[in-house]
Amino acid sequence: MSEETEFEEPETGTLPLDAWHRAKGARMVEFAGYWMPIQYEGIVAEHEWTRSSAGLFDVSHMGQLLLSGPDLDAAVETVLPIDLSTLKLGMQRYSLLLDDEGGVLDDLMVSRWPDSLYLVVNGATKWDDIGHLREYLPDEITLNHLDEQALLALQGPKAVDALARHAQGDLPLADLTFMKFGRYTIAGHDVTIARAGYTGEDGFEISLPGEAAAEIADLLCGEPEVKPIGLGARDSLRLEAGLPLYGHDLSPETSPIEAGLVFGINKRRRTEGGYPGAERINREIVEGTARKWVGLKVEGRMPAREGAEVLVGDAKVGVVTSGGFSPTLGAPIAMAYVASEHAGSGTALEILVRSKRLAATVVPTPFVPHRYYRGK
Amino acid sequence: MARYFTDEHEWIDVDGDTATVGITDYAQGQLGDIVFVELPGAGTALSKGGDAAVVESVKAASDVYAPIDGEVTEGNSALEDDPALVNTAPEGDGWFFKMTIGDASQLDGLMDEAAYKSFCDSL
Repeated sequence: MSEETEFEEPETGTLPLDAWHRAKGARMVEFAGYWMPIQYEGIVAEHEWTRSSAGLFDVSHMGQLLLSGPDLDAAVETVLPIDLSTLKLGMQRYSLLLDDEGGVLDDLMVSRWPDSLYLVVNGATKWDDIGHLREYLPDEITLNHLDEQALLALQGPKAVDALARHAQGDLPLADLTFMKFGRYTIAGHDVTIARAGYTGEDGFEISLPGEAAAEIADLLCGEPEVKPIGLGARDSLRLEAGLPLYGHDLSPETSPIEAGLVFGINKRRRTEGGYPGAERINREIVEGTARKWVGLKVEGRMPAREGAEVLVGDAKVGVVTSGGFSPTLGAPIAMAYVASEHAGSGTALEILVRSKRLAATVVPTPFVPHRYYRGK
Repeated sequence: MARYFTDEHEWIDVDGDTATVGITDYAQGQLGDIVFVELPGAGTALSKGGDAAVVESVKAASDVYAPIDGEVTEGNSALEDDPALVNTAPEGDGWFFKMTIGDASQLDGLMDEAAYKSFCDSL
């Protein structure tokens, strides 16, 4: 028996909660250059706990960057296809780092802080992102890598109940709707809380000082609703939520329009351009793309994984970029790029897995409905 | 009935001229939640160390190898409806397949229970 793990990276650092995870019995793996918890009691149990209660994820491997300086918005708009004139203080938005051909270098979150912009980027790409930003931004723009900060995600329908007992700030958590953030204290420590995450559930991402991470993780996990959750369940949750994962569903070989991320190209930028790859991206918005990223429901129980070919008859029409078993649906699901003429909802396709053909159907995503909190 | 173990974490129960094969409790613990098992059909010729089955956990697919040469006589149909048997009873009801024993001398190179336990302890 051999295990083909997809969580393998060389050179390994430790993050603020390393000892905390090990003390909680986590199985640790190397991912994005760090030791990370892949699971505690088991992926399915952790997945279901997050969907029904609240899970605490350590995502401290992700990069937290702070940009400041003169004419900051104009400078950042030359690098990101975002419309910063509509991003007000206290708001967060999804954006993309693109190369000159419109390929995706990373996807990221941008928040308007007083006199600065705060970015959260993927862990596996953060050093490349920093290099890219330093190269493309004017020298007057300061880029601070907040590598002393930890990042926790508290996700699930009961996350708000548990967090409200500890977070104190000007804005009650009940008023913090999806994609907004605010400054709070937890146990006397200054933290930033955004109502966001990557599970499809209501939840929060908490940026906090690394030295306070264990204390705050203990406080949150002391609440009856909260258990620590590993990266394994984070991946199955985001797959059910139909969310792309950089390095799998997104890469320099994919355009954001193929991936259905047109919302990541803000409206004003679609006509004005002025960002890397704008010519191709704006053309694709108008003319469409030759392939599209779609959801696939797979017949039977055998999962189709990343790299599996999608077929119509004997013709290869696509490739799976993420796939696995959905604990919520009790069935295999996958995401794939397929030729646009076969991308319509309800289209019958086949997926080749170890020389077997699995019947699959194009279905709308998310596979499991999002439950973001957008206010009452 | 004698039970042997491989260093790839398969177990094999030998009963006369047939054998039952599965994966060990240690292996299922490493794999986590099993969601699917792909078994060889009856009549499939197996060779020691070659691919015999595939076990899918939530996160990944893993190969299961044949512990010895032989021919598959039966797959465990209970795994079709309940792959999680591999988690709950890996060395019992969660067996994978039965096979003939093509070359009994190959059993000599496998571990007994005590040797396998110390092998796992060393990992």
